[in-house]
Amino acid sequence: MEKPLRIGVLAVQGNFREHVAVLRRLGAEAVEVRLPEHLDGLDGLILPGGESTAIMRLMELYGLDDALRAFEAPIFGTCAGMIVLDRDHLDLVDIGVRRNAFGRQVHSFEADIDIGHGDEPVRAVFIRAPWIEAAGDDVEVLAEVDGHPVLARQGRILVAAFHPELTDDTRIHELFLNQIREAASSVRA
Amino acid sequence: MAEYGTMRVKSGLAEMLKGGVIMDVVDAEQAKIAEAAGAVAVMALERVPADIRRDGGVARMSDPDMIQGIQEAVTIPVMAKCRIGHFAEAQILQALEIDYIDESEVLTPADWEHHVDKWKFTVPFVCGATNLGEALRRIAEGAAMIRTKGEAGTGDVSNAVTHMRSVFGHIRKLTSLEEDELYTEAKNLQAPYDLVRWVAEHGRLPVVTFTAGGIATPADASLCMQLGADGVFVGSGIFKSGDPEQRAKAIVEATTHFNDPQILARVSAGLGEPMVGISTRSLDPSELLETRGW
Repeated sequence: MEKPLRIGVLAVQGNFREHVAVLRRLGAEAVEVRLPEHLDGLDGLILPGGESTAIMRLMELYGLDDALRAFEAPIFGTCAGMIVLDRDHLDLVDIGVRRNAFGRQVHSFEADIDIGHGDEPVRAVFIRAPWIEAAGDDVEVLAEVDGHPVLARQGRILVAAFHPELTDDTRIHELFLNQIREAASSVRA
Repeated sequence: MAEYGTMRVKSGLAEMLKGGVIMDVVDAEQAKIAEAAGAVAVMALERVPADIRRDGGVARMSDPDMIQGIQEAVTIPVMAKCRIGHFAEAQILQALEIDYIDESEVLTPADWEHHVDKWKFTVPFVCGATNLGEALRRIAEGAAMIRTKGEAGTGDVSNAVTHMRSVFGHIRKLTSLEEDELYTEAKNLQAPYDLVRWVAEHGRLPVVTFTAGGIATPADASLCMQLGADGVFVGSGIFKSGDPEQRAKAIVEATTHFNDPQILARVSAGLGEPMVGISTRSLDPSELLETRGW
């Protein structure tokens, strides 16, 4: 049997436990990451939702920001995790993000969004969510809401403005795990 | 089509606050200090609980001008308190687009029998609880987040510990009951059977559960997290201390690294004077805030 993928979930603040639960349901091994040494030996990393200001500060305190810049495996950022990866923060993906773009909590919502390929739409939960305001040429937009990109990919980095871990639909996480497997097999080839 | 104010959307914001510290602030300057220290949200109020306790009288919802000043000062979520049962104050807070309403026993109750029907609102509510039955009654009314009460404005963590042990201990007991015992347990808890059954099956409350009341040090935050809280509210403990900025940062770090005594030892050092405390055992029962709510 194939060895399970070992995926880290940044656990300095936010809803990391739900990502851990989804990963385990998909047969991956999940590791909580609070310090740089927890990144060793990971096949991929998820940056969860939370408060991006709190997450950035807690990362910087222990050098996790530099450790993440040096981290070479695929990364998936949701909501605050997407903000942390953008041009203004870790600059690991060529996007500019507008924080709280949909407004305060009373404007938070859930909706079905089209992810293309004729697939069933994804039920997406947006919590004080950001959207992608500007994207470089290498960024592939995978889904939009009212013309604003909310799911995108650039090379090994996947970002979502919404929270796939809050629903029972595991397809976005599967997309990320498949991305990791493809990257690994292309290295072997 | 977009759906607003669903339970998933309401409880979803609480999910994002987990592992974090929510700080009481009385003005924009304090709110900025809290945000810079890594608070995940601020609670906007005119007086922190220690001052409400000292001043006495009737404590009400804060002035909208003051709340909006704080909303403009920070980008993190801003919460505000309404009196228990005061749905008109809650309507005003929703109109202000506050991110979470705390229907709080720290303010003077407006209704000595009924809480707000929270299902009628788009904005989510957090409510206090001292035991499992109280928590489940609040969830039945539509609360999207629970905080164990503790005794606000004292700097004494012991009541928070009592309430957490009561809620989490009772949940552990529920998971060991036979199915046919859950009906009587629901009767004893004075809580809806469906919620009791859900808790028995999942071993936790269906919403995020923070703790509050008397948290004043990094060690207090760690204690609460180790006892099973999803995060902490700090009221008077930060801005009534000698060096609020350092203490705020230290409590944030302690909440993330609650299981690492080496880090806790380092962040606990050199914080200056903590808030002056009042032992909850020295209070007259009529002075207790935790008994408000039913």
